[in-house]
Amino acid sequence: MNDSDAVAIEFVNVHYRTNGSRELISRLNLTVHRGETLMLLGRSGSGKTTTLKLINRILNASQGEVRVDGRSTAEWDAIRLRRHIGYAIQEAGLFPHYTVEKNVALIPSLEGWETARVRSRVQEVLQLVGLPFDQFADRYPDQLSGGQRQRVGLARALAADPPILLMDEPFGALDPITRAELQREFRQLKQRLSKTVVFVTHDVAEALMLGDRIALMDSGNLKGVFTPAEFLRSTDDAVQPYVNAFREAQQIFNSGGSGLCR
Amino acid sequence: MPVIAFFSVDRRQLATLTGEHLWLVGISMLIVVAVGVPLGILLSRRPGWRGIVLGSTNVIQTIPSLALFGLLLPMPWLGARADRLAILALSLYALLPVVRNTYTGITGVDAPVREAAVGMGLTPWQMLWHVELPLASPIILAGIRTATVITVGVATIAAAIGAGGLGEFIFRGLAMVDNSVILAGAIPAALMALFADLLLGLLQRSLVRVRH
Repeated sequence: MNDSDAVAIEFVNVHYRTNGSRELISRLNLTVHRGETLMLLGRSGSGKTTTLKLINRILNASQGEVRVDGRSTAEWDAIRLRRHIGYAIQEAGLFPHYTVEKNVALIPSLEGWETARVRSRVQEVLQLVGLPFDQFADRYPDQLSGGQRQRVGLARALAADPPILLMDEPFGALDPITRAELQREFRQLKQRLSKTVVFVTHDVAEALMLGDRIALMDSGNLKGVFTPAEFLRSTDDAVQPYVNAFREAQQIFNSGGSGLCR
Repeated sequence: MPVIAFFSVDRRQLATLTGEHLWLVGISMLIVVAVGVPLGILLSRRPGWRGIVLGSTNVIQTIPSLALFGLLLPMPWLGARADRLAILALSLYALLPVVRNTYTGITGVDAPVREAAVGMGLTPWQMLWHVELPLASPIILAGIRTATVITVGVATIAAAIGAGGLGEFIFRGLAMVDNSVILAGAIPAALMALFADLLLGLLQRSLVRVRH
C-alpha cells in the first residue's frame, strides 16, 4: 500500500469564508488516514462542524482543496460524494413520517438495491447498533427514546456501507448514562467496521475515549493533531485548558469517591 | 314553507345549477392546485420572490369579488365565455392560501431533518418527494381546504356575469325580492361548502394520522 492509498481525506490550504466574508476556517491542512477515527475537538464556534461539512460538500471551500479518496471534492458529483460518506448528526434528523425500517432503507433503495438485499441489510445494521429488527422496524421516530433515535441515525448512516463516516456530536444531546452506553458500543463498533470516521465533539473525555487521533481546533485554526496519549502529555498552550479540565473532573471524582466510601 | 315549495317545484333547475356550481368550483380548484403547489415549491427554492408573489396574490384577495369579475370582462378570448372568465377569477382568488401554505409547509421542515437529507445525498427532487412534500402535506391540504370553501362561496358571484351556478337563484331572488328563491341558492351553496370542508378535513386528519 502506498501513501496515497492510506489517505482517506485531505485538507490542503483550505479556507472557508461566509458570504459576509467572515473567515470560519483559516488555512487548514489536515490528513485523515484510512480506517482511523479522527476526533475534531474544540469549543463552540471553533470551526469543527464547518470542517466536517466541507468534507461532504454541504459547504464548499472558499480557497484550497478538500480531497476525498485522492480526488478534490469539487470534482466529485456532490450526490455521489455524499452517498460515499455516511452522515450522523446530533438530533439524528430522522424522517418523522418514515418508520425505522424506511429511514434506514432509503439510501440503499435509492441506490437501486434489490428489495431483498435492502431488507437484509436493514436487519444487519439495526442488529449492529443494538436494535432488534422485529421490535423496532415498524416504529416511528417519535416512538423512540433519544438514545434509540441516535442508534437509528447511525444505522441509517451505515446502511449503504460507505467507507467514510462523519459524525457531528451524535451523542451530544443524550443523558449521561445513555451517552456512556453509546460511546462504549461505538468503540467496539468502530473496531469491527474499520471505517474512516471523522467525529466532532466538544467533550475531551469523549475525544480521548473514542479517537485514534485528536485534531484540536480553535477559532478556525487547527492547533495540532495528537494521539490521546500525546494529548494528555502535551504542554501546548492550546491543549492545556482541556487537559486541566479533564484532570480536574477526575480529581473531583476521585476525592469525592474516596470521601463517600470511607 | 316557501323554501320547500320552491324545492319541490323546481328540482330540476336546482340540480342543473348545483352541477354548474360544482363544475366551476372543481375546475377552479384543479387549476389552483396545479398552479399554487408548484408556485409554493418554487418560492421555497427562491425566497427572494416571496414578497412579490405572496404580495400580489394577497392583493388579488383584497379586490371585492364582484369587481374582479367585472375587471376581467373586457379580456379577449376569455370575455366571450362567461364560465372561462369565472374560472379564471375564482382561481386567482383561491391561489393565496394554497401558495402560502405550500411555502410555509416546505420551509417548516425541521432543520436537522433537512440537513440529514442533504448530507445523505438526496437530490433536490428526492428531497422534495421523500421529505418535503410528505411532511408539508397536512399544511398544504389545509390551504386547499380553505381555498375550496372560499371558492364555493365566491362562485355564487359568477352568476352576475352569466356563468351560472347557484348564484342564479340568489341574484334572481334579489331581483324578485323573494327570500325563498335566495335561500334556494344560498342553502345548497352553504351545504356544499360545509361538505367540502368536512371531507377535506377528514383527509387532512388521515394524513396526519398515517404517522402513528
